[in-house]
Amino acid sequence: MSDLEGGAPEEPGKAEQPRGGGDYAPSVAGKLAVWHRAGGVAVPLLTTILAFFIGGLVVLVTTGKNPLTTYKAIFEGSGLNWFLEVGSYDIRLPFSETRVPFPWNTNDFESLAAVNLQQTLIIWIPLVLTGLAVAFAFRCGMFNIGGQGQYLAGAIMAVWIGSSLPGLPGIVHILFAVIAGSLVGALWAGIAGLLKAAVGAHEVITTIMLNWIAVWVGVFLFGLGGPLQNDTQPSVPVSNDVLEEPKLTIFWGDPVLQGLHVGFFVALAALVVYWITLNRTTLGYEVRAVGFNPEAARYGGISVARNYFLAMAISGTFAGLAGALDILGWQFRINTNDVTITSLVAFTGIAVALLGRNTAIGIGLAGLLFAALTVGTSTRNLDPEIFRPELASNLTVMIQGLVVLFVGADVLVLYVLHKLRLRKRVSA
Amino acid sequence: MIDRLRPHVPRGPRAVAWLGILTGLLAFWVELPPVATRWEGIRTPVVPLLIGLVAVVLGAYAVRRGVVRLGWGAMVAGVAGIGLGYLATRSGVGHLDQVVVWSALIAAMLRYATPLTFAAMGGIFSERSGVTNIALEGMLLSGAFFGILAADKLESWALGLLAAALSGALFALVHAFFAIHLRADQIVGGFAINFLALGITGYLFLDIYGGQGTPTDIPEIPDVHLSFLKDWYFIGPILGQLNLMIWLAIATVVLSWFVLFKTPIGLRIRAVGEHPRAAETVGISVYATRYAAVVLSGVLAALGGAYLSIGFVNSFNQNMTAGRGFIALAVVICGNWRPFTAAAIALLFGFSSALAQRLPAYSESAAVLFQALPYVLTLIVVAGVIGRSIPPAAVGRPYKKQ
Repeated sequence: MSDLEGGAPEEPGKAEQPRGGGDYAPSVAGKLAVWHRAGGVAVPLLTTILAFFIGGLVVLVTTGKNPLTTYKAIFEGSGLNWFLEVGSYDIRLPFSETRVPFPWNTNDFESLAAVNLQQTLIIWIPLVLTGLAVAFAFRCGMFNIGGQGQYLAGAIMAVWIGSSLPGLPGIVHILFAVIAGSLVGALWAGIAGLLKAAVGAHEVITTIMLNWIAVWVGVFLFGLGGPLQNDTQPSVPVSNDVLEEPKLTIFWGDPVLQGLHVGFFVALAALVVYWITLNRTTLGYEVRAVGFNPEAARYGGISVARNYFLAMAISGTFAGLAGALDILGWQFRINTNDVTITSLVAFTGIAVALLGRNTAIGIGLAGLLFAALTVGTSTRNLDPEIFRPELASNLTVMIQGLVVLFVGADVLVLYVLHKLRLRKRVSA
Repeated sequence: MIDRLRPHVPRGPRAVAWLGILTGLLAFWVELPPVATRWEGIRTPVVPLLIGLVAVVLGAYAVRRGVVRLGWGAMVAGVAGIGLGYLATRSGVGHLDQVVVWSALIAAMLRYATPLTFAAMGGIFSERSGVTNIALEGMLLSGAFFGILAADKLESWALGLLAAALSGALFALVHAFFAIHLRADQIVGGFAINFLALGITGYLFLDIYGGQGTPTDIPEIPDVHLSFLKDWYFIGPILGQLNLMIWLAIATVVLSWFVLFKTPIGLRIRAVGEHPRAAETVGISVYATRYAAVVLSGVLAALGGAYLSIGFVNSFNQNMTAGRGFIALAVVICGNWRPFTAAAIALLFGFSSALAQRLPAYSESAAVLFQALPYVLTLIVVAGVIGRSIPPAAVGRPYKKQ
């Protein structure tokens, strides 16, 4: 609960009003604690169902189409139906020739379901990473809306390094581009963290401003006459292409078209790193302490300012990493339209973090949900006979909004549950 | 009247500092049309250098006498005046004439500032009552869409405005319900409203207008023609035919100030935003006041959006507000939650947008970079370099009735 409330504005040195437990709706908070112990999945699950239900109503009312058919088409467009076909197959372990049994057929990478799933997982990577960026700051009591700017900073850095320095060995080039991209992301978020730590500037405002600065800097860099515009076509506002060496290896799918790149494992690793950092290190302990109650943390000898800065910088590292991996994995270039559009993935990251309740597993699953929705409603994957993709992608945005709205108000869901139980008790 | 204004007039070192700031601006101004085009002789770097140095000296004097912030401001203005003035002397007269047309610049500034002003006034009401409103963006967007939709289908711009106001009120009501009754995090809730508005307007826009976009024969909000002003020097071209909404925006600013600071209603709104418990103790309904303020903010923001679609560009596109709501939020903060200050900041943002429109005459890419300037300025203001902005004490905190 206090995770979500951490976003409320705070002035340093101002007396804290009790929040979380205490006099803040104690009965509801008590109930919430029970639900948390029960796995904390009730609210996100109910929220998602409710959001999809309302989305279905919208489909029904505005177009008269059967919402279930539409959802089924989106599901198939996302490639998740690939998981439905279970058999006894095997898979090669990475870095070896050993093959182990696997329930799904990975050798078939050209079937429609497999190709769609590859697309979904490609989107899953930045969604998880930007989700982690939001979640880490949340755990420190901050709301990082700046994922867009941090993602862009990482992407710009990666495309610059990736498209220059020919002759560098592939692995060195990749590491250089990825690390530099992450660091620039960290720096971009660090500005907001620093301002919060030093003068108490609200991170929501500063990160929104940093987003727009990043967008315009991006448009400037790759626009006509910009310093990073491509060398060959002076009339096209696009960057140079990433060279062949620093492109990430594709391990599942057609390398010539678009397959799943190794960034997938980086995102998986990031989920683990996130969990370990928060739950098994001193830094994570301090970050969470500040997130729960900055005054108490200060009293306990924890430097609140330092943790604000560090949490934002780590957040930015995740988002910058997302940008770098997207560039080196499948985009290979940025044009000025991408600057504003592709980076919107970071806003979905906010929904991912909120729905995933800022836990590693939750973010992984919520990321899959939103990645599937995004890909399933894309023009390429959704059958226009069943539902117009342009409409469906707006439906996705709507569902995202509803999810964020309801997750933010878990009191509502708990209240409904509470009332239901009371009614049961009365009738019994 | 004069007696009441007297305490506000700066004296001593403060007056010197303000004089320094104005002198710094003068160093740049003399190198711009109409001055620079009328007297060719002034187009030499020595002139801005001398005037700018005067500004720096005035600033330094003010700093020594203890007026640190304004003094530094004057010194910065002086240096900036020298730099910009020098650049202006290097630029061709033709370019200068093309870019710096003051009356056109100011008229454009008013046009760009209008949606910001409406949304910012809305933001001020909402935040003064203690409810953070980052949903301004979504409310602007809904106003823009439903305004043009109603204007098109009902063939009346007035009904368009009404529909816009209603849609803004509806989104605001949702925001208010989640923020006030459900005590959800207001930033998360506001963010959700932005998503919702983006999805709903985009969905309906495509469903209704499809790929062709909005038709071109939509009734527009009319301009106000003041023919008696036509022949006035300078003022005529600016104020002669402004859109009705621009005049409404100006009226809204004055009204907002009056309501917030000169009426019991305003006192209640501010009390609820500063110390809700105390307000409730004296019999003010915190919930009702906050609901009213948030809904009002939705209505105002949506009117700004409607101006955008049926007063300014006369079409609608998906996500056409493109972050203006967030700028309005910045305007609220930089404006210290005060209507007149916020309106001044909105004009500043509007001016930089107007200038950015014309700068491509010099360099396409530099003009693009210029677009980032307002955001950098906001960052600097929020960082507390230029004055500290102090939010209402209870903004963003849910309140539980006793």
